[in-house]
Amino acid sequence: MNQQIATLQQEALEQLSKAAELSELENLRVAYLGKKGSITALLKGMKDLSPEERKTFGAEVNELKELVTQEIEKKTAELKEAEIKKEIASMPLIDVTAPMNIETGSYHPITLVQRQCETIFKSMGFNVEDYSEVVTDYECFESLNIPKHHPARDMQDTYYLENGQLLKSQTSAAQNAILKKYGKELIENGRPIKAIFPGRCFRNEATDACHENTFFQMEGVMVDKDISISNLIFFMKTMLSEVFRKDIKVRLRPGFFPFVEPGFELDISCLICGGEGCPSCKHSGWLELCPCGMIHPNVLSEGGIDPEKYTGFAFGLGLTRLAMMKYGVKDIRDLNSGKLKALSQFTDDE
Amino acid sequence: MFLSMNWIEDFVDLSGLDRLALIQKISLSTAEVENEIFFKGSDLSGVVVAEIVSVENHPDSKKLHLLKVDAGDGKLTDVVCGAPNVRVGMKTAFAKVGAQLGDITIAPRPLAGFESFGMCCSEAEIGMSDDHSGIIDITEDIPNGTDIKDVYPINDIVFEVDNKSLTNRPDLWSHYGFAREFAALAGRELKPIPVEDLSAYDSLKKVDMKIEDTLCKRYSCMQVENITRTVSPAIMRIRLHYCGLRAINFLADLTNYLMLEIGQPMHAFDSRKVEKIRIKRFDAPFTFTTLDGVERNIDENTLMICSDNTPVAIAGIMGGLDSEIVEDTTTLTLESATFDAVSIRKSTVRLAHRTDASIRYEKCLDPEMTTLAIARFINLLKKYNPDAQVVSALTDEYPVKYDTVTLSFDKKFVDRYTGIEIANDAIVKTLTDLGFEVTLEGDNFTVVVPSWRATKDVTIKADIIEEITRIYGYDNFDINTAKAPLYPVRAEAVKTNEDRIKDILVKAFKLHELHSYVWAYNDELKDIGIEIEENVRLANATNPNIETLRNSIIPTQLCQVKSNSGFAPDFGIFEIGRVIKGLDEKNLCIEKKNLAITLFSKTKDIKTLYLELRDILGVLARDIKHTELSFKAKETTHAYEHPVNLYALSIDGKDIGTMGIVHPAVMKKIDKKANVVFAELDMDAFTEAKTDALTYDEPSKFPAMTYDLSVELPVGLFFDALSSAWKEEGKELLKSVKIVDTYDTDTVHSITVRFEFSSAERTLSGEEIGAIMEKVMANMEALGVTLRTQ
Repeated sequence: MNQQIATLQQEALEQLSKAAELSELENLRVAYLGKKGSITALLKGMKDLSPEERKTFGAEVNELKELVTQEIEKKTAELKEAEIKKEIASMPLIDVTAPMNIETGSYHPITLVQRQCETIFKSMGFNVEDYSEVVTDYECFESLNIPKHHPARDMQDTYYLENGQLLKSQTSAAQNAILKKYGKELIENGRPIKAIFPGRCFRNEATDACHENTFFQMEGVMVDKDISISNLIFFMKTMLSEVFRKDIKVRLRPGFFPFVEPGFELDISCLICGGEGCPSCKHSGWLELCPCGMIHPNVLSEGGIDPEKYTGFAFGLGLTRLAMMKYGVKDIRDLNSGKLKALSQFTDDE
Repeated sequence: MFLSMNWIEDFVDLSGLDRLALIQKISLSTAEVENEIFFKGSDLSGVVVAEIVSVENHPDSKKLHLLKVDAGDGKLTDVVCGAPNVRVGMKTAFAKVGAQLGDITIAPRPLAGFESFGMCCSEAEIGMSDDHSGIIDITEDIPNGTDIKDVYPINDIVFEVDNKSLTNRPDLWSHYGFAREFAALAGRELKPIPVEDLSAYDSLKKVDMKIEDTLCKRYSCMQVENITRTVSPAIMRIRLHYCGLRAINFLADLTNYLMLEIGQPMHAFDSRKVEKIRIKRFDAPFTFTTLDGVERNIDENTLMICSDNTPVAIAGIMGGLDSEIVEDTTTLTLESATFDAVSIRKSTVRLAHRTDASIRYEKCLDPEMTTLAIARFINLLKKYNPDAQVVSALTDEYPVKYDTVTLSFDKKFVDRYTGIEIANDAIVKTLTDLGFEVTLEGDNFTVVVPSWRATKDVTIKADIIEEITRIYGYDNFDINTAKAPLYPVRAEAVKTNEDRIKDILVKAFKLHELHSYVWAYNDELKDIGIEIEENVRLANATNPNIETLRNSIIPTQLCQVKSNSGFAPDFGIFEIGRVIKGLDEKNLCIEKKNLAITLFSKTKDIKTLYLELRDILGVLARDIKHTELSFKAKETTHAYEHPVNLYALSIDGKDIGTMGIVHPAVMKKIDKKANVVFAELDMDAFTEAKTDALTYDEPSKFPAMTYDLSVELPVGLFFDALSSAWKEEGKELLKSVKIVDTYDTDTVHSITVRFEFSSAERTLSGEEIGAIMEKVMANMEALGVTLRTQ
C-alpha cells in the first residue's frame, strides 16, 4: 500500500474512533470526504501519476474512501443509539399514585338515578314526560278515583295553595293528562300508551333523617288491549334488575290505592343482606319499594279510555328512596341540603 | 290491629299447618303483617297452681307476709309475699325456683331477712293482663302443681297488621274476617259463629226505637237484665289484653270482645236513661259529655242517639256519660247499628276524636252484621253469666238494605287481566271460600258479592281479579313481557335540552347541580338582606319559614352560595327547577321551569367571572341552538340585582332569561371578599327559541391571511357596535374576528383584533386585504376608535 494512503487511513480511523459527538463525525466526514477533504485531494492528485500507478493508487484510494464512509456510518449509528439511551436514562420517575388534582363538576344523585331509569324505559319504548309541580285537585285526586272525603285523602298530607291549587303529592297527578295526550293514538292507531313521568312531589310533614316534604318519584304507565299483572311484574323486575345491575327478586303484596285495582305494594329482596334479614330490612329480607297496580277502570274512563277494551298498569317508583339505597345516603335531608361537601361527590354514574 | 291465632282458630281448624307460614301468606295475600310476631307464653315456664297453706305477718313489715305454699310437690315451700290479697286456702299461680318469667329466672333469695323460695304471681307478672293489684285468685278447683298454662290459654301467637292496609276492607277489622282469609288460604273450612236463636224472644215486647235520619243505615237493639258477673272469664281477658285492650268489667269487655271478634262496635245503655231511642241530628249546636268525661261541642251535622229528645250518645263514636252502665243498673239496652261512613268520618274529624268504633264505622261496615252481633252477644252472655235474661224482643230497623252487587265476567276477562292461566274451578273455589256466591256456565261467571265486601270494597269486575289473584298468590305468577307493537320513543324537547344542559354545565364548566325547595327560605334570605317578594303562598304551611313560593331560583342559590362559601375559592352551582310567577287570569299558578346558574369566586375579578358566565351561556346557545345570544341592558326588578351589567338574554328576538351581578349590599352579606354572578333562563322559552341547523364550512385549500389591528375604544362602545365597521366590508372573505389581546388602564380600553380572511377559490393578495382593512379602519375611526400604531 502506498505509504501516504496508509498514513491517512491510520489517522482517519484513529480520529473516527475518538469522535464522541455527531457534530464531530460530520466535521471528520467533511475533512476526509468533502470536496476539499484529504481523501478527495488524493483522488484529485492522481492526474500526475502514470497510467499503471494511477490504476493501483486509484483502487487503494477508493478502498480507503469506502472504509472511511463505512466507519462514519457505523460510528453515527453508535452515537445515535447512545443518545437515545441517554435520553431514556434521563426520564424522571413520575409518581402515578399521587392524588388526582382535577376539578370536576357534579350531578345531583337524583339526576343520576333518574337517568338510569329513563334509559332503561326508553330502551323499552317508553316516552319520558314532564309535568308541573302545582296541580289542581282534579289532577291529583278527582281524576284518580279519589273523590272528596275519600279516606285515601287522609293518607297524604297535601300542601294546598291559597288559590285552591296544590303541590302534587304524587306523580300520579299526571296520569289523567298522559292518558288524554296519548289516548287518541291508542284508540285510532293501536299505538300503546307507554310513558314514564319523573317528578317532584310534596307532602306536608315534619322532616327527619327518613322523611322529607319534597321528594322525587317516577310514575310509569302502560295501556294497551291486553296488559296484564304478569306484564306488570315483568317490567318492574326488569327495571329494578337493570337499575341495581343484578338479578333482583321482587314480590307483590296487596296494597290499597284508589287509582289501581288490583293494587300492590312491590317489595324487593333486601340489597344489603340479599334476603337473609338484617337491620336495614328490619330482619324481613324485603324492602318495600314501589306501589303499583292495574289502572282502575274509573281512572281509564276519566282519561277517555274504555276500560272494557283496554287494560294497563301503573307504578310509582320512589326515586329519592332509590338514590338513597343505591348510593348509601342515610339522611334524606342531605339531598335538598345544597351542601357541596356532600353533593359534589356525584361526578357521574352509568 | 293485633290478632290472636287462638281466637282465629276458634273459627278455622289449622291443626297440622305451619302457623308462621300462614301468617306470612296473609301478608302476601291479604294485609301487611308487621315483622315482629309475638309468641305469647313462650317465655313463661315453671309456674304452677299452688295453695297458700299458712300466712304469717312479717315481723318488721306491714306489707310483707310469710307464706307456706303447697305447689303439689309433696312439701311446703316458704315464700315471702308482698301481695295484699293473700289468705289461707287461696289457690294462686306460683313461680317455683327455676321458673322463667320473661327475662327473670326465679331463684331462692333473701327478702327482708327471710329466705323466699319462689314467687306468687299477679296476672301482669305472667303476662295474662296488666292487672298487678294482687296475686291471681284461682277460684276453680284445680290440683296443686298443675301448670298454669293448662289452666289459662296463655300460649298464643299474636301478630299485628298494619291498619293502613285494611282501609278498604271493613270485613278485616275482626278475627272472624281474618279467619275467613286463613280458611281460604289454607283450604280449610270456615266455621259459623256460635249464636243464640233470637227468634225465641219474638214474643217479648219490642224496644221503643225509631230511626229519624237517613244517616243511620240500620239500628238493632235488645234489652237484657240481671247481669251479675263483674269480672270477665280469663280467656276473654287474656285475648283482650293480647289485642291491646284493657279488661274493664264483664259487660264492657263483652262489647269489646264482640268488636274484635266480628267487627261490630256495640254499646250498652242503662235502660232507665234511654227509654225512647231516637236517632237524629239536632238543628242547633250544643255540648255533650261523653263517657270519658270530656265535654264536646256537637254541631248540626253530627248524628246522635237520643232518648226522645235527650242525646245519649254520639252515633258510632262514643256513648254519653249520663247513660253509661252504673253499679245499680238493672236493665240495659244493647245497641248494634250501622251508620253512614262518611258522616262518621267527618264527625270524628270535627270532634278530633277517633275511637275503635269510629275507625270501623268509617270503613263502611256490613249492615247485615248488626243482628248477628246481638245473637253472638247473647250467646256469650248466657255462656258466662247463665242468670242473665233477655227482656225484649230483637228490635231492628233496616230502612234501606245495602245494594247487592252482582258481577258477570268470563274467563277471557280473567286471562286478559292476569296474563296467566287460572283454571275455572280454582276461580270458583277461591271466590266461594271468600263468601261469594258463584255461578259458572261454560266460561261465564256470575258472582254475588257477600254483604261484608259489598259496601264499598268489591263493586266492579276488576275487584274480583284482585280476589282471584291474591289467593292464587303473586309468587306463583309466570312473568311475561308485553306483546305490543313497537314505535320509536318520542323525545320531549324540554327534557332533552335539560339533559344536554346538565351535561355541558357539569362536564365542560365543572359546575355542581344542586336541588332546593320550591318555596322561599325566609330565615336564610333575611340573613343576606333579601326581602321575600309577594307571591302565591301555601295555605296550610306548618312551618312559617316555608310559606311563600319562590318566583326565582336565584335568591335560593345565593343562600346556597353563602352556606358553601368555605367549600372552595371558586365554584359554580346550577339547578333546573320550578318557580311560580304569580297567578294567571284564571287564578291558576304560572309555573315555569327555570335554569339557574350562580358562580362564586374569591380569586377572579368581577369582569373575568362575569365573562365566564357569559361564555357558559354562549356555549349553551351555540351547542344546543347553534346560534348566538343577544344582550339587552335591563332595569333591576329584584333587590339582589346589581343595576350595572344586568342583561336580558334573547335568541332570535325571543326573551329567554337574565344575567347579572349580585347587588353589592347582598354581596357583602354573602362574602365580603368574593364576587358572585348569576343567570336564570326560562327552559320553555329557551326550547321554543329558534334553533338553527348545524352548518359545515369546508376549510379552504388556499392559505388564510390574518390581519391584526390594535385599537383604543371609546367608553361604552361594545364589540357588538364595533362590528358594524367590518360587517359590510369583509363580505364572504372575512372568516372570523377575534380579540387576541386586551390592554386596560383606568382611562384606556384597548384591544387587538385579529381578522382572518380566506377564499375557497384562490390565494388572496396582500393588496386585496389591505384595501378591505383600509375601509374597516376608516369605519372604526368614524365610531370614535383610535388606531394604535403597531
